[in-house]
Amino acid sequence: MSGSGLILAGVDGDRTWALQDYVARGGYSALRKVISEKIAPETIIAELKASSLRGRGGAGFPTGLKWSFMPRSFPGAKYLACNSDEGEPGTFKDRDILRYNPHTVIEGMTIAAYAMGCERGYNYIHGEIFEVYERFEAALAEARSAGLLGQNILGSDFSFELFAHHGYGAYICGEETALLESIEGKKGQPRFKPPFPASYGLYGKPTTINNTETFASVPFILNMGGEGFLNLGKPNNGGTKLFSVSGHVNRPGNYEVAMGTPFAELLEMAGGMRAGRKLKAVIPGGSSAPVLPGSVMMDCTMDYDSISKAGSMLGSGAVIVMDETTCMVKALERLSYFYFEESCGQCTPCREGTGWLYRVVHRIENGLGRKEDLDLLNSVTGNIMGRTICALGDAASMPVQSFVKHFGSEFEYHIENKKCLVPPEVQYEGSQIYVRP
Amino acid sequence: MLSQESLQQIDREIAKYPPDQKQSAVMAALRIAQVEKGWLPKELIEFVASYLGMPAIAAYEVASFYNMYDLEPVGRHKITVCTNLPCALSGGVHAADYLKKKLGIDFNETTPDGKFTLKEGECMGACGDAPVLLVNNHHMCSWMTTEKIDQILAELEDK
Amino acid sequence: MLEIEIDGKQVTVEDGSTIMDAATKIGAFVPHFCYHKKLSIAASCRMCLVQVEKAPKPLPACATPVTNGMKVWTRSEQAVKAQKGVMEFLLINHPLDCPICDQGGECQLQDLAVGYGGSQSRYEEEKRVVLNKNLGPLVSTDMTRCINCTRCVRFTTEIAGQMELGQAFRGEHAEIMPFVEKTVDSELSGNIIDLCPVGALTSKPFRFSARTWELARRRSVSPHDSLGSNLIVQVKHDVVKRVLPFENEDINECWLSDKDRFSYEGLNGEDRLTVPMLKQDGVWKDADWQTALEFAANGLRKTAKQNGPDSIGALASPHATVEELYLLQKFTRAIGSDSVDFRLRQSDFRADGFREGAPWLGMPINEVADLNRLLVIGSFLRKDTPLLAQRVRQAAKRGLHVSAVNASAEEWQLPVKNRVLAAPSSIVPVLLQVVAALAAEKGATVAEHLSAAMPSSVSDDARSIAQSLASGRKVAVWLGNLAVQSEYASEIQQLAEEIARLTDGVFGVIGEAANSVGGYLAKAIPLVGGLNARQMLEQPRKAYLLLNAEPDLDFANPALAQSVLEAAPLVIALSAFKSASLLAAADVLLPIAPFTETSGTFVNCEGRAQNFNAVARPVGDTRPGWKVLRVLGNLFDFEGFDQNDSEAVAAEALAEGNRPDLGNRLYGLEFKFAGQAVAGFERVSDVPIYAADTLVRRATSLQKTRDAKAPLARASAATLAAVGVESGARVRLRQGQGLAEVQIVADDSVAANCVRVAAANAATAALGAMCGEISVERV
Repeated sequence: MSGSGLILAGVDGDRTWALQDYVARGGYSALRKVISEKIAPETIIAELKASSLRGRGGAGFPTGLKWSFMPRSFPGAKYLACNSDEGEPGTFKDRDILRYNPHTVIEGMTIAAYAMGCERGYNYIHGEIFEVYERFEAALAEARSAGLLGQNILGSDFSFELFAHHGYGAYICGEETALLESIEGKKGQPRFKPPFPASYGLYGKPTTINNTETFASVPFILNMGGEGFLNLGKPNNGGTKLFSVSGHVNRPGNYEVAMGTPFAELLEMAGGMRAGRKLKAVIPGGSSAPVLPGSVMMDCTMDYDSISKAGSMLGSGAVIVMDETTCMVKALERLSYFYFEESCGQCTPCREGTGWLYRVVHRIENGLGRKEDLDLLNSVTGNIMGRTICALGDAASMPVQSFVKHFGSEFEYHIENKKCLVPPEVQYEGSQIYVRP
Repeated sequence: MLSQESLQQIDREIAKYPPDQKQSAVMAALRIAQVEKGWLPKELIEFVASYLGMPAIAAYEVASFYNMYDLEPVGRHKITVCTNLPCALSGGVHAADYLKKKLGIDFNETTPDGKFTLKEGECMGACGDAPVLLVNNHHMCSWMTTEKIDQILAELEDK
Repeated sequence: MLEIEIDGKQVTVEDGSTIMDAATKIGAFVPHFCYHKKLSIAASCRMCLVQVEKAPKPLPACATPVTNGMKVWTRSEQAVKAQKGVMEFLLINHPLDCPICDQGGECQLQDLAVGYGGSQSRYEEEKRVVLNKNLGPLVSTDMTRCINCTRCVRFTTEIAGQMELGQAFRGEHAEIMPFVEKTVDSELSGNIIDLCPVGALTSKPFRFSARTWELARRRSVSPHDSLGSNLIVQVKHDVVKRVLPFENEDINECWLSDKDRFSYEGLNGEDRLTVPMLKQDGVWKDADWQTALEFAANGLRKTAKQNGPDSIGALASPHATVEELYLLQKFTRAIGSDSVDFRLRQSDFRADGFREGAPWLGMPINEVADLNRLLVIGSFLRKDTPLLAQRVRQAAKRGLHVSAVNASAEEWQLPVKNRVLAAPSSIVPVLLQVVAALAAEKGATVAEHLSAAMPSSVSDDARSIAQSLASGRKVAVWLGNLAVQSEYASEIQQLAEEIARLTDGVFGVIGEAANSVGGYLAKAIPLVGGLNARQMLEQPRKAYLLLNAEPDLDFANPALAQSVLEAAPLVIALSAFKSASLLAAADVLLPIAPFTETSGTFVNCEGRAQNFNAVARPVGDTRPGWKVLRVLGNLFDFEGFDQNDSEAVAAEALAEGNRPDLGNRLYGLEFKFAGQAVAGFERVSDVPIYAADTLVRRATSLQKTRDAKAPLARASAATLAAVGVESGARVRLRQGQGLAEVQIVADDSVAANCVRVAAANAATAALGAMCGEISVERV
């Protein structure tokens, strides 16, 4: 692959991940500048704020603001964590960043550590992409031996130790406090907030957690200035962003485009609809984001504000495209199973509710639905949403609510006729193993 | 209970964390132990726990929480197929069906010769590569077709 | 301070308070399951969701900090809708098997379901089933009922100090369990039954024996350790069915040790003595009270006449009540003998006559939380006083530094900063070093009576302890049972006092039993030249009164006690039980009531007199011990034996002027440490937790616990190697004439050259004294 944009610009698949290639692409110049010019931490945070960079993990929280929450004069250890526990169905951008351009994450984290006074950091990498974890370890070793990481970075008195930590099969660890618990060697069960990680984080110490892509953007922001980065996108939606396009398109993959790019353009970049079939629905921000009918989506641009206005979320930028062969009940059944399977079991509404949701949708899909089931689904999701410790309860509920809202007639057809509106053979054909051209 | 090499690997993991936070290495230690022994019998979990100075039940909580740890014996090769929605749209379920037919087993079963165990996986963060499967937790196979599946199975058959 | 309005009521709370704290303060009930005031906040059951002004969604009262000016509604439409929603989720997988559930009638889920649950379930899918776990002989499980509140998990980790339970697996498959095939072995395990808000964890001994509403609830006081935990004893038809904690923040908080909770099973054991018995020509016969008492009185009269009153001695258990001990000494003294003692397991009485008063903890129990330095000398702290250890554990979390000088470094499940492991005979030399180092550290002069004994050099360990104590703001030095029972108890006490003086700290004695302080206050010790417990056995008497004690299990030298008592012409035993040892030693057995069948008073380690009433009618012909002693006094026409009730006895016993004060100092006792290293191995004795007194020894479920099955002999691996035996081998232990054959295991927590042997055990009773030289031979 040969990427465009910023983070993936100039990378060439597995061939150019190494330090020398990154340096050849201008890598580590931001860190060198920060260190040689002794740039004040406040200046870095100000640039971040000016860039309007928002957290790329899904929540979209302004990064500069988050960094400013770290207590300046805290005596003792402060930590930095990178959230590469990418397991939200549809999302696969951090994997490409880490395997094709790991040093940009290392450089971004090191600058972040400098700006916030962190002495130690961990990159938490999704367990299923173990080969990427190993590559990141190799990149860390390169950076250490080049004096770009560890004690007295580039001969300065600034030190930062960075390590890789792997998950081992738990979606919930993508939730930042569950991720911290996991680094502490525990089950990944989210913590109640407050206190927030900036005051009580890893090992009880102030901690900042950002997504892989967020850290990867930092060197570029410092190189081109916050303003320059912002201008790549649109106001309040600065910079470029990686969109992971999956599902019924001809070229699934990551596309790094400016924020505000029309969805139609993104779809075009991804090769358009497979076999010329009609677009039925899109989940624009990872499986937790509400689904939107294709027609609504075609009028959206890919940024936080536009997608939000249309009733969904940009989330992690994972775009799941579904064509007319898709049974929406079956699609929801699979997603509901996922949340049921991945609920951590800590708090009641999610532990008990996700199983209930899945079983009802499963029943409808299998011809055992009842008239009152749709009301029941709405009521149960209403009792989960906003009542749980972390966002997984909401994440499990939003697909259910939005699928029923936008494709209610398909659910009703299932209940009444005990079969799908889309004939089985059409569904079968549409979900065949896709052989890339 | 574990080889010197495994213990050295665990020691390297422990060194990543502050000295009073050895428990942080439990996920890696359990992974290393599982790689050596194939799965995690309770004695092994207890050993890892005591090696890290943590309660056995705390290590068991971890081993049972993360689904890539195997608390029951598995075949020599564990194949995990993602069937989540984005993968399913591009043949994830078909790939799994093909594997089931080819191996003659269902999910969570092991072939009678003990060579293969089949598992249904959740999102592996590689939806663009669908169909995707994991071999023995650590090796990801992308863009699976029936031919490629045949090829992988043939390679594993001899390992 | 923060202002908050809850349901329209204004309240001011301290900074850092939660909405739950504030609600509790104004008496507003917020429904909850996972929240518990003594445990960390989980915020996971979500039952306590309340409406908060400006918050977009309901917030958990237990975990949400109060901010100034906050407005909260606990019963608003939004709050109640959220609470009802959570209740529905809790019930969908709950079996709703209340009719066959032991928790029925005292179940938080049942109670709250009445207020917040629907009348019909909307959940029509299959319900979850969870396999039960074997947690041991005390706690029964029905895990399908579990609502995953994790109170039990947090209890084992935070209060008991050892994570014995966890929540394994995840999501709907999450379940509470011990590590595979392990049981919950904490000495505090029964508390998880109280904590469980549903019927998932219930009492195994109590299971299916009564419904909560059939039980009469009566307050009482635990007769076991020196804390005096407050009890609610539940009784049906005069049979004790269950014991629960009565919350007393100053003593047991809301907890009970398993010993306090489950010992009631011993009350109605097979060898309960229910009628007076007389031994005639070597044959035991039942008798009526009058016959038995007259026999006893006549025997005593005859003995006094023939051999002088000095030939009569009285030996009582420190688990006896103040009333019993007071009347026993009064009666003995009225006969004309000063030989009375309740310190049956002690062997050094040189401090008698020099004491300021009754040895006690030196401080209120609830001030343990304020300590920041503590030195514990010669103690099996965790097993001897589980809830005192628990307080130390909590204080350690807040910065208390604990040091220990001990003959056995058993696991206390709390951080011990400095620890010196020393044979019993070496404890004094170690403490001398601590005193020397402390004096140097503080630039202070050592008290005159100790100066000659000061060592010339100080070990690093002793210096570390001294430095730790010297840096303290609030210091305490405690003597445990091993110290008090030591042959060097008086020297240890003198040095502990000096350490406390040098650190401006408190010096205290933890106490061996429920009435270790009360026995002194009741004057159940020799005062004017009479013999103490040890002397009464070493210089055999002609007649003995034995109160609530078993010769082979309750004495410092059980072998001696058994043989002397067997040889004595007259032994009158007042006891709730008859055992082989008593039957062999006694001539008269008078059935007296255990603590549940008499009123009485115990004075706990902090000097608090706690009286209690009978909770059940005496079994058979049993009579309260104080009444039996009063009648004995009447039979002699002694004055002062006309009290109408136990309150009158207690009032007399504890009247100011009549009783000594509390006080640990020793006045004018010379420091004469003549200790020398023991040539061979030295015996270290513990009194195992479920062997300490007559009642607990008969508690059947407790006797099935791991603590009850602990090895009888242990020594360090080096010691075993020196003897040439493997861990687990059977060995012959020898102490002078005494022999015992037991299994020995390797245990490196035992001091070098020592063998730790359980006392209060029939298998080791023949050995002899609890301290001194011991040899080990291969069998």
